[in-house]
This record gives sequence, C-alpha cells and structure tokens, in this order.
Amino acid sequence: MLTGIKEKPEIVYLGGEAEVRIYRDFVTKTRKKKGYRIAVLDKILRRTRTRSEAKIMSAARRAGIPTPLILDVERETIVMERIEGEPLKKIMSTELSRLLGIYVAKLHQAGIIHGDITPMNLIYSDGKIYFIDFGLAFYDARTEPRGVDIHIYFESLKAYFENWRELKESFISGYRGFDKAEEVLKRAEEIDKRGRYVEKRMT
Amino acid sequence: MISLGIEGTAWSLSVGVVSGEEVILLENKPYVPKEGGIHPREAAQHHSENIGKLIGRTLSRINPEDIDVIAFSQGPGMGPCLRIVATAARVLSLKLKKPLVGVNHCLAHLEVGRWKTGARKPVTLYVSGGNSQIIARRGERYRVFGETLDIGIGNALDKLARYMGLKHPGGPKIEALAREGERYYELPYTVKGMDFSFSGIVTAAQKLLDEGVRKEDVAFSFQETTFAMLTEVSERAMAYLEADELLLVGGVGANRRLQEMLDTMCRERDAKFYCPPSSLMGDNGAMIAYLGLLMYRNGHSTKIEESTVKPDFRVEDVDVNWD
Repeated sequence: MLTGIKEKPEIVYLGGEAEVRIYRDFVTKTRKKKGYRIAVLDKILRRTRTRSEAKIMSAARRAGIPTPLILDVERETIVMERIEGEPLKKIMSTELSRLLGIYVAKLHQAGIIHGDITPMNLIYSDGKIYFIDFGLAFYDARTEPRGVDIHIYFESLKAYFENWRELKESFISGYRGFDKAEEVLKRAEEIDKRGRYVEKRMT
Repeated sequence: MISLGIEGTAWSLSVGVVSGEEVILLENKPYVPKEGGIHPREAAQHHSENIGKLIGRTLSRINPEDIDVIAFSQGPGMGPCLRIVATAARVLSLKLKKPLVGVNHCLAHLEVGRWKTGARKPVTLYVSGGNSQIIARRGERYRVFGETLDIGIGNALDKLARYMGLKHPGGPKIEALAREGERYYELPYTVKGMDFSFSGIVTAAQKLLDEGVRKEDVAFSFQETTFAMLTEVSERAMAYLEADELLLVGGVGANRRLQEMLDTMCRERDAKFYCPPSSLMGDNGAMIAYLGLLMYRNGHSTKIEESTVKPDFRVEDVDVNWD
C-alpha cells in the first residue's frame, strides 16, 4: 500500500516521535529515525513500537473504544483511516473530560494502558472521542500502571487548562464506571505525591 | 546590586557572590562520602564544620558592605543539610543587616542557566542526583511536565557505579567506562507519557554485570538507554509546547554524551540547545545568589520567621513575576 501512495498529503505533522501525513482519506504514521540514539536501539524502538501500536489499537477498537481503522502496517509505518474532527485540546470541556473518563475506564477494563493520555492525542468527532495514538500503549492489568496512566492525563490538564481541577473531577466521575476505579484513583493520588521530591531518594 | 548565595541541599557546600552581570566569587567545599552514597547526617555534619570557614573566606575577599542581599537554598533537599544552610544565612543576614531571600534550588539551576546561555523560553531538562525533571514556564509559574517516578538519573548512575565498586560520584566514572563500550545490551526502556523511571534499569544492568558482561559495555548500554529516554521525553515536551529551545542544567548535565544526544535531537528539529558552563552546572552557590538577586529585584524577600526549610519545595510553588 505504502509504495502505491501517489497523492500529496494535505498536512504533514512532525510530532516528537513520528511523522504523521494526513491524506484525503487516510493517515500514515511513520516512526522517524532518531540520530541521537544508537542505530541498534533506534531500530528496536521503532519496529516494536509500530507493531505493538497497531496490535493494541485494534484491540482497543474491539473493546468499544473509538479508534481509526488500521488499513496497513509496513515496517515503521501504520496506515490508518482519517478521522476528521477537532483536537480535544482545542475544545476541552467538563463534558468531554467526563466522556474521556468513561472511555479510559473501558480501556483499562480491557487490560490496556494507553501510556500517553493527553488532550493533544485525542480527536472529537461525531459525538465520540477518538484515540488516535497508541504509540506508548501496553497491556497491563495492575493498579500501578493504571494509576500512572491517569496521573499522566491529570498532569497534562494542569499544564494546559486553568480549570484543570474541574476537568479532573469530571474525568473521575466518568471513570467511576470501572469496578476498580477507586483503587486506581487512590493510586494516582499516591503517584502524584511520590513524584514529589522526597529525601530518601538521595540516600 | 550584589548578592551572596549559600547552597547546601545535599553533597555540595558552596558560597557564591554575583552581581547582575557576572559571577564574582565561587567557593566550594563539597562533602565526599567515605564509602557508599550520601548520608544526610554526615553531610550535614560536614556542612556545619565548614560553612563558617567558607563564608569567612568569601567575606575576606569582598567588602561585606557591598552586599545587598543574602540568598540561600531553602529546598528541596536533605532536611539536616538545609537547616545548616538556613541557619548560616539567617545569622549573616542579621549580622550584616541585609535582607534574606530563600530560593528554590531547582529554579536556581534553571535561572542561572538562562542567565548564562541567553535561552529565553526554553524547555529545561534538569538532571541531578535526586532530581530528573522536564520543566517549562506557563504564565506566572514553572511547571513540571515530566519527571522520574522513582530515583534521579544521577542516583541511578551512582548505584550502578557502586555496584561496580566505584566511589561517589559515580557519574563521571560511568561516562569514562561507557566511552570504551562496544556492544549494546538491551535494557528496559521505561518511558510512561512524559514520565520515566530508572530503578528497573539499574537492576537489569546489575544483572548483566552478575552474568559477566564487561563493565564498559554495561556502562555504555546504560547511558545509551537512559539518555535516549531523557532525550525522547525532552523532545516530546518541546513538540507539545511548540518550543524551539532546550536548556540542560544540573550535575549530570556535565555528561558529554548526554549533551551530544540532546544537541543532535535539537538540530534534527531546528531547535537550539543550550547548556551553561560546567562550573555552574552542578550544585553551586552562584546560582542561589543569582536567583536571590533576581527575586529581590522583583520584590521578593523572606522574613526570618518565614525562612524555615522546605525539604519538599516544588518549583511549581514559586510565584514567578519576572521575564
């Protein structure tokens, strides 16, 4: 499929890790070679991340989380359906944060950790929030990674929105649909404190 | 305007004097553990035995009357060490009748870095023994965008070095060994969003040593893995914040390989990479003096009764009203 792409992309976005090319009907995501890391590590990271991203994205979709359909995977590139909509970062609201909480609960229920839940990685379209980036996702059903997953989202809220407290609360109200929610939320609070400077770290 | 600053949050004990233009004096008397890692009480003992001499030496080289403000690192750091520094600063402030400013140690690294490199709105990677953070300014506050979920990178390097039988500080010794490394052994690569962790990698590297892998190769694999993680997260923060400057600060920032990787990353995305001179990279009194000066100029000062130490002082807690 890749070699057959003749049209020009409408948008090219260079993220931290991958180059995303947005065509009329589909999107390609290619993990770029990073000159700063040694070739062997670079290859390991790009290949394994691409393969695992495609696999987990499909699994998430099967678990009822809105994601783009994967059309093809070739070496360091995933070709997926184009989702047209607004980045969550632009239109964030308490309602949307709550809806996100419901989806993340489903994701965790399915044993998936997203690894990078931020308003930049999510697209709102047709009443749904699409998870378009599973670049750092992995399988894990323990409380700790679930807590970290949520902690990452809370931190990104703090970084981006003045009303982050409200947004956090609405997320929590959505996430509570998950039977392990209390445990995970408690852990997220602990992680928040743990991330703080503690004296014993230096000994 | 002239500021005298005292640093002593952990192993470093240092007094610096700066004007708005330059570092005038920097006197250091670091604590070196006899064996193992830093022992907070021993470090505090060292600080209390040496702080008087260090201040005396500094004051003999300048006219004490010229000093406008006394700054000290109020935290974060080891409680016993912080208390020695705070006490010395209070005494000096009362004796010289000069205002006191308690400063955040992490912010001092960052601001002295900006001062000395000319970086304007950088994403900052702050790497030291106890801290590893990605910091950037949002309005009137600095925010931590990513940080270690367990130990600092410097601490991780020290642990690995100790396991190899090398003395504190381990970072430079691991760096030297890594230069002789040839083969890469895969280690856990633990980045979670913008956060990262190191203790699992230390354990895995120790296991390689147990299996008889050459020290050089372990050091090499360890640096390549952990520094790639730090570089990756720095890049993600830059992409996220649409920043085109990266500033490296903190003791581990002296590592050439880390500098090289960050520089390459910045070049690949048309960004600028900055790091201050190595004398100001590790913990030092000049950075405390500089931030004290900056804060005093912008209306901050610390009353004696508000000068209690803050071992958990977060960079986000500082009200930043300067450019």
